[in-house]
Amino acid sequence: LTATLRPPRHRVSRRAIVYWTTRALAGWLALAIAQIVWLVADDSHSGLHVLGLVATAVLGAAHVTVMWRYEVHRWEAAPQAVYTRAGWLHQESRIAPISRIQTVDSERGPLEQLFGLANVTVTTASAAGPLEIEGLDRVTAQRLVDDLTTAAQATRGDAT
Amino acid sequence: VTEWQRLSQRMLLIHPVQEIPRALPALIGIFAAGSNSGNGALWALIGVAVPVGLGMTRWFTTRYRVTADRVEVRQGLFRRRLLAVSRDRLRTVDITAHALHRLLGLTRVTIGTGRSDREGDGSVRLDGLSVATAAALRDELLHRAGALASEQAATGDAAATTELARLDSRWVRYGPFTLSGVVAVGVLAGFAANLASEAHVDPTRSGPLRDVADHLEHAPLALAVAEVLVASMIAVAVASTVGYVLAFWDFRLTRHPGGTLHVTRGLITTRATTIEERRLHGVEISEPLLLRAVGGARCIAIATGLRVGRGAERGGSLLLPPAPAGEARRVGAAIIAADGPLTCTVVAHGQRARRRRYTRAVGGWALLAGALAATSALFGWPAWVWQASVVLLPAALALAADRYSSLGHAVAGGHLVTRTGSIVRRRSVLSSGGIIGWNVERSFFQRRAGLATLTATTAAGHQHYDVQDVALAEALTVAQELLPGPLEPFLERGQHGRR
Repeated sequence: LTATLRPPRHRVSRRAIVYWTTRALAGWLALAIAQIVWLVADDSHSGLHVLGLVATAVLGAAHVTVMWRYEVHRWEAAPQAVYTRAGWLHQESRIAPISRIQTVDSERGPLEQLFGLANVTVTTASAAGPLEIEGLDRVTAQRLVDDLTTAAQATRGDAT
Repeated sequence: VTEWQRLSQRMLLIHPVQEIPRALPALIGIFAAGSNSGNGALWALIGVAVPVGLGMTRWFTTRYRVTADRVEVRQGLFRRRLLAVSRDRLRTVDITAHALHRLLGLTRVTIGTGRSDREGDGSVRLDGLSVATAAALRDELLHRAGALASEQAATGDAAATTELARLDSRWVRYGPFTLSGVVAVGVLAGFAANLASEAHVDPTRSGPLRDVADHLEHAPLALAVAEVLVASMIAVAVASTVGYVLAFWDFRLTRHPGGTLHVTRGLITTRATTIEERRLHGVEISEPLLLRAVGGARCIAIATGLRVGRGAERGGSLLLPPAPAGEARRVGAAIIAADGPLTCTVVAHGQRARRRRYTRAVGGWALLAGALAATSALFGWPAWVWQASVVLLPAALALAADRYSSLGHAVAGGHLVTRTGSIVRRRSVLSSGGIIGWNVERSFFQRRAGLATLTATTAAGHQHYDVQDVALAEALTVAQELLPGPLEPFLERGQHGRR
């Protein structure tokens, strides 16, 4: 019998791609602007400066166009357990039974609100590995939080 | 609802004594200032009276009470606070008595809650109850009163408890190998050196130390280094042995019918820890390298609300001090009431896991040697600096070999057994009931080798217990055997067989 762990069923919202791209772009642009200011202010090593700027542009473009996160961020909530998977180079799958859930949080940053996205974090009594789902659309996130909270309440005990 | 109660009046004697060392720097300052202005005696009196008075207010302002479902403590004069802990969140009761406490028949009671495994602990501390009050409080809190306690009182306490382990004075021979004295010797040496340089006294100018210094100066370098090394080793060994005796003298581990384990120990400072067995999810046998070389091991509890690892001894999760390995396994087996998990052979993780151990050891060594070579070239250090690092290569290889031979896992008697480590080899035994969920980690290189790290998450002990570098299929088999529920919906079975 060979069993394998299949990937979780659901992807996060497609809007998360736009959000992540925007955020990555903003970061790289800030770096590029700093480099340009430095280039203008100090003209002694202009060759090195230009090289640095080109490196930033290439790396930034690669990061922004290749949005791996959407491919690898997956989640699923079955009646017994919640399952998340994240990471491209270092892949991590986390499974927590519904009966052991202690808290379910949903959280939105200012930029995420603009894109109508939310993050959901599920914690258990263990300090090792809360389950985090980033980039869900707001409606799905709300429904997930409600479902999990209701399901978790159905079990008794302090879940340790 | 019961009345608010005060701590023992005898604490009025202890608090001031505890406050004075803390106020010492300020006292010295006041004293110096006072003697300049002429009426030093008056100032000194004030300087002593203030901390003594403050110490006494601690007693006047602290009250506690135990209600049907909560333990409450009120504290503070200027900043009042009320600490309330729900009784069903209590995990441990720890009764410590320092020398001064013992002189007056007092103890300090620390009531541990589940949060004490993290840094800012939410534990309740009652410093200064009489021995009898403390024992009564412990029994009331952990044995849940009720029928059992009265039954126990009727049959007599001694008959109902079973002794699981007791210190054998021959175990003191493991003392030198615990290295617990390294810190003490280092601190003492540092303190002495600091004192000598502050007082502008060169200890090597006079007394017996002069002869030692003379001898070392005239001896060949290699001999001098060897002598100093041997001397410090002896100092550490002696300090470690003394530490062992101080901490573990009169050690006893007993099981009480109320469902608790009691650990009592200590020569000057005595300590009694009570652990609820329903919070206990397993045991860990830890063997630091030196202790392992002489066949010794320790046994540590894996329980919710108890710290493990470096602070294990202070956190109260120690179940057996360094003792013969067989004894540690026997005690562990008695606690979890199963022999298999502690004695069974563990499954090795195979060639690919072995290769990863060597890659890491040699890789780490290569990084170090490379960094040394690069800095030598940059700063013009002599070449022997990086050439000397070649000596470390055999050590790195030995470490890798030992790490692989330690690595293993097993499922026995409903427990997850993992064994890892070389500098400190640990065999962790975690009951399936204590496992919350599963994490499966696969790094890029692990995926190339078809391996995974299976992590059992838990609320007890280290919070997670890992099966490192195991074949993915084996990891899933282990997880399914122990706690199949949460995994089942996410498994896909190949053509080889459908259940």
